[in-house]
Amino acid sequence: MKPLIETRDLSKHFDQLQAVEGLTFAVQPGEVLALLGPNGAGKTTTIRMLASILQPTRGEARVAGYDVVRQPREVRRSIGLLTEHHGLYTRMQAEEYLLFFGRAYGLTEAETRRRARMLMLRYGLQGEERRRLGEFSRGMRQKLALARALLHDPPVLLLDEPTSAMDPASAKVVRESIRSLRSAKRAIIVCTHNLTEAEAIADRIAIIRRGRLVAEGSPNALKRAMLGEPIMELRLACPLNGVLQHMPPGIELVETGNDWLRYRTDAPEEDNPRVLAAMARARLPVVTLSEVDRTLEEVYLQVVEGDEGAVDA
Amino acid sequence: MRESALGGFQGTWIVARREIRDQLRDWRILTPIILLTLFFPVLMNFTAQQAVDFVSRYGAALIGERLVPFLLMVVGFFPISISLVIALESFAGERERLSIEPLLATPLSDLQLYAGKLIASLAMPLFAAYLGIFVYLLGLALRMQWYPSFQLLMQVLLLTTAQAVVMVTGAVVISSQTTSVRAANLLASFLIIPISQLIIGESVIMFWGRYSVLWWIVFGLFLIAGVLGRMGIRLFNREELLGREIDALNPRWVWGEFWTAFRGEARSPAAWFRAVITRSLPRAWVPVAIVAGTLAAGFAIGWFMAQRFTLPADLLDLDRLGSGLLKEMLRFGLMSGRGWAFILVNNIRALLLATLLGVFSFGVVSLILLMTPMAIIGYFSGNMALAGHDTIRFLLALVIPHAVAEVPAMLIAGAAILQLGLAVLGLSHGKTLSQNWLAALGEWARLSVGLVLPLLVLAALLEVFVTPRVALALLTGS
Repeated sequence: MKPLIETRDLSKHFDQLQAVEGLTFAVQPGEVLALLGPNGAGKTTTIRMLASILQPTRGEARVAGYDVVRQPREVRRSIGLLTEHHGLYTRMQAEEYLLFFGRAYGLTEAETRRRARMLMLRYGLQGEERRRLGEFSRGMRQKLALARALLHDPPVLLLDEPTSAMDPASAKVVRESIRSLRSAKRAIIVCTHNLTEAEAIADRIAIIRRGRLVAEGSPNALKRAMLGEPIMELRLACPLNGVLQHMPPGIELVETGNDWLRYRTDAPEEDNPRVLAAMARARLPVVTLSEVDRTLEEVYLQVVEGDEGAVDA
Repeated sequence: MRESALGGFQGTWIVARREIRDQLRDWRILTPIILLTLFFPVLMNFTAQQAVDFVSRYGAALIGERLVPFLLMVVGFFPISISLVIALESFAGERERLSIEPLLATPLSDLQLYAGKLIASLAMPLFAAYLGIFVYLLGLALRMQWYPSFQLLMQVLLLTTAQAVVMVTGAVVISSQTTSVRAANLLASFLIIPISQLIIGESVIMFWGRYSVLWWIVFGLFLIAGVLGRMGIRLFNREELLGREIDALNPRWVWGEFWTAFRGEARSPAAWFRAVITRSLPRAWVPVAIVAGTLAAGFAIGWFMAQRFTLPADLLDLDRLGSGLLKEMLRFGLMSGRGWAFILVNNIRALLLATLLGVFSFGVVSLILLMTPMAIIGYFSGNMALAGHDTIRFLLALVIPHAVAEVPAMLIAGAAILQLGLAVLGLSHGKTLSQNWLAALGEWARLSVGLVLPLLVLAALLEVFVTPRVALALLTGS
């Protein structure tokens, strides 16, 4: 399958500042890539280059098959951009605002109205069509901005902080919306500081630091690459006394407590049944055996604060 | 189908219509426009009537006659002054509120966005100005039975339009150098001051009754609007709008840009000087040719002016100078180090002034300044010819000995100033307006330090120590 977003050595320099340096990645149809990184890492600049707003200093990028430098109009027609700041015209009414952007994207008025109503309904903005945007709450503005990005039904979505300023219920609506958009074979890039959200919606994570891609992969693969193999926790209904001698050979113990132990394994599907079988043979009562939860935040902090080179997981 | 729906003017109109509707909802824009359109012309009617009645009582009816068209221009100007505010708000304001990015992500081209905003900034103020003029003229027709001539009406309408276009296109250039409305408003004085001066000038012309001069002003304004419009089109692009944070002044960066342009790739003074001769000078051949043409034109203008303002022939008789010439020369400090320093400092000062004025006038005013001495020489040469004297002898004796160094200095200096003045118009790919300008300033400094200054030193030496001797030899035989 051909990627909908593809960059090769994409770089952007502003005078002496290297905002983005040598980014190479691809996003397939139906895939969500979360772009993570501290403020000033180059996420927004990358998004702007993919949206054909800024021109790369070096390298190339193709969006929906179009070159961002040579075919900027086609690229812009193929993307839906949700900017970091919603950038709404506060004196306009909601429907009027969407109609304006529909026209700017070359849609007919009837088509724009139909899509505008559908999107406003999806994001719970029905009944607000005639209301001035200045009267909208921050969450409502963000939802309307998302509707604007989806108005022309683009195959590629570039979403910068899509759930910022939203209450939990609205954020959930948007997250579910992103998941449903992914299933419609769109390629989506989400820039976010919300790591839980990134883990929940993204198929792959790309972490940028000082303009360079320092880690890329699925959330689990990144965890494995950065934090090591999964760690399993075994809890017993009795103290550990004498338990360790019953553990099968080759199991790497990491930590022990009064009635629990943790071990690292690169093959849980083989090791876990062996451990459970050993416990059963020793007639030791097992309460739970589960994987220790490792957050993306740990990975992120390790990557962003560390000095390691690029991690491709 | 989508392509055609966005093509050409339709995309422009989409942007313009939204902005006009936005303006119609803003009471801060509507209130002054309504006041200036409907109440101000009525007030002007009253003022015109009172003034005409008053001055007629003292037999100065002419003042009243001249005041009525002047007020017509004023009635048109006040509403268009708002176009500057609207344009700053539309260009810098949208950038400041960050609402421009979603717009830049649409398939609309930079030109469509620019033209749409330009039309929107002009439409309301111009409509208000035309309506104000109509209300004012209606009042005059009803109260005083005064009707403008077709020429005056056209002049006022065109002046009003041209001034509005200059202000809006200028506002775009200003906005491109800021990221906030506050900064844009501060920079707007670069527009407000010249426009105010222009209005004062137009007032003088109208009271003077030289209405034909107004055509030249209309022509000049549209020319400036064209230049500013071209600059605006170059500056209003996505890369410039979102690619740079330009409100902060960074002296180190400014110096770095200038020094890089000034030094070039030279590693020693000799290599630098070679580069000035072999690279900078050949690069400047077009502006040098333009300056040469201008200087020649200055000489020709002076020559023809001699026919209109002819000096008495006996005043130009060089032979009568006799032995008194040496005394006069010494009195003026010639043939002394003091005279050399005076001439050199004076020439440098004149070129610095020409540079300063050239920066603010795309090099035009500096060309006029450089033309002036040539026009004076042309004027005297023309008078010499008219009086039947030997013009060549006059030039050989008093001009050519030091002109051999001074004229090349003027040509190179004029070319460097022209390049600097026009730097804001010809943006290089990937460079900002300030980068372009600093590069031109570096080039100006290269030519000035490397060639103009040495030539001026030489010219002053020749003027003080050689020209007087040649003059004495040719004119008095001593």
